[in-house]
Amino acid sequence: MSQVAIIDYGVGNLRSVEKAFAATGCDAVVSSDDKVLRSAGRLVLPGVGAFSACMNALCERGFDEVVREQAAQGTPVLGVCVGMQLLFETSEEFGRARGLGLLNGRVRRFANDLVVPQVGWNQIRQRSTHPLFRGIADDSFFYFVHSYYCEPATSAVTIGETDYGVSYASVVAQKNLCGVQFHPEKSQSAGLRLLHNFANGGD
Amino acid sequence: MLAKRIIPCLDVDRGRVVKGMRFVSLVDAGDPVEQARRYDAEGADELTFLDITASSDKREIVSQLVRRVADEVFIPFTVGGGLRSVADLRAVLRSGADKISLNTAAVATPELISAGAEMFGSQCIVISIDARRRDPASGAAGWEVYTHGGRRRIGWDAVEWAARAEALGAGEILLTSMDCDGTRLGYDVPLTRTISDAVRIPVIASGGAGKLEHFYDALTVGGASAVLAASLFHFGELKIADLKDYLRGRGLVIR
Repeated sequence: MSQVAIIDYGVGNLRSVEKAFAATGCDAVVSSDDKVLRSAGRLVLPGVGAFSACMNALCERGFDEVVREQAAQGTPVLGVCVGMQLLFETSEEFGRARGLGLLNGRVRRFANDLVVPQVGWNQIRQRSTHPLFRGIADDSFFYFVHSYYCEPATSAVTIGETDYGVSYASVVAQKNLCGVQFHPEKSQSAGLRLLHNFANGGD
Repeated sequence: MLAKRIIPCLDVDRGRVVKGMRFVSLVDAGDPVEQARRYDAEGADELTFLDITASSDKREIVSQLVRRVADEVFIPFTVGGGLRSVADLRAVLRSGADKISLNTAAVATPELISAGAEMFGSQCIVISIDARRRDPASGAAGWEVYTHGGRRRIGWDAVEWAARAEALGAGEILLTSMDCDGTRLGYDVPLTRTISDAVRIPVIASGGAGKLEHFYDALTVGGASAVLAASLFHFGELKIADLKDYLRGRGLVIR
């Protein structure tokens, strides 16, 4: 059973994520049911808006534990946008907010001399031939909307990089955990391909 | 590198696209989902739907439209037009829209910007400003804000309003020049530049596009992050792919 469950914890536009998986022929459900989330073959952790608001909403429902447990059991987890940021230890948004800490590193704000949020299509420079990138050309454009970016403690987890004032980690992967800073569900064919790759383990 | 965005705008009335210029609506021009799909295929970076439905069941009509678009089109889209409350915003976002644009409601209740940004994130709050150059005879310089689809002059300075909207939590400014809208003589580049310099959030230039150079000017001299146009794309006079080739040829980063 390799159903993809998209964690519904009250934030974000989950319908688009679900429909994007469906468009690639994958079986995905949006769920806030503990049992469904624990039995899913793969988990998507979405997130938009403020880091701490997302983290609080996730914890209120006890889904932080679900993600930790499933991640520890080897279930593939894909964090999207703020969902990717939540995988890290801390964010400097509103002082110092704690994340899930599944990946080492922190979340930082873009420099003040840039237009922030970064809104629009930017490129991913692939640093490895990870299965998530199968069938996706190097330097493909994806749709981004964010003011903060992830800074992993070790560059080994960075499999894709993007330039916006700085060169930052826009795609990370470590064992069964991965995260993308952009919105694959809004990134046309390249985004759909990435979701397909996640759902199928790159096959 | 971050690409400059090309955004077609579709006017929608009771779930149907109506073609026309921003302030004068014309004939029925088809199904929004089909149009959205066509623009997506042609390379549009985003879509904006301006809903002009005047009806007591507006919220449901708009939500239905949004669901249909979100189910089939996998690029970001914004919905604006007569949305007034946090409940309106929630309904449209839950149906699958990525962003909401607020105009008259934000002027009437600026706290709606901060409430929306706090609840849904700044990234989905676009503040739409209709601006007109002040009458030089009045001795005052600059541009002032109009609401109610350009019918009501409220006396606010457009630059100050843009900066205040940013401070309240707006994620983007959709800036329409009423002087240029419909003229096809080009975007109001000085207005676009002035607002772009006054805020640190992206500015989308709107109103006046008539030819290729106009887009280039707004994105370079005007400092805009994106350009929006309606009639030029609807009537097939300009293909998005040709516009993108042109802008790329002039050295801009384009998807």
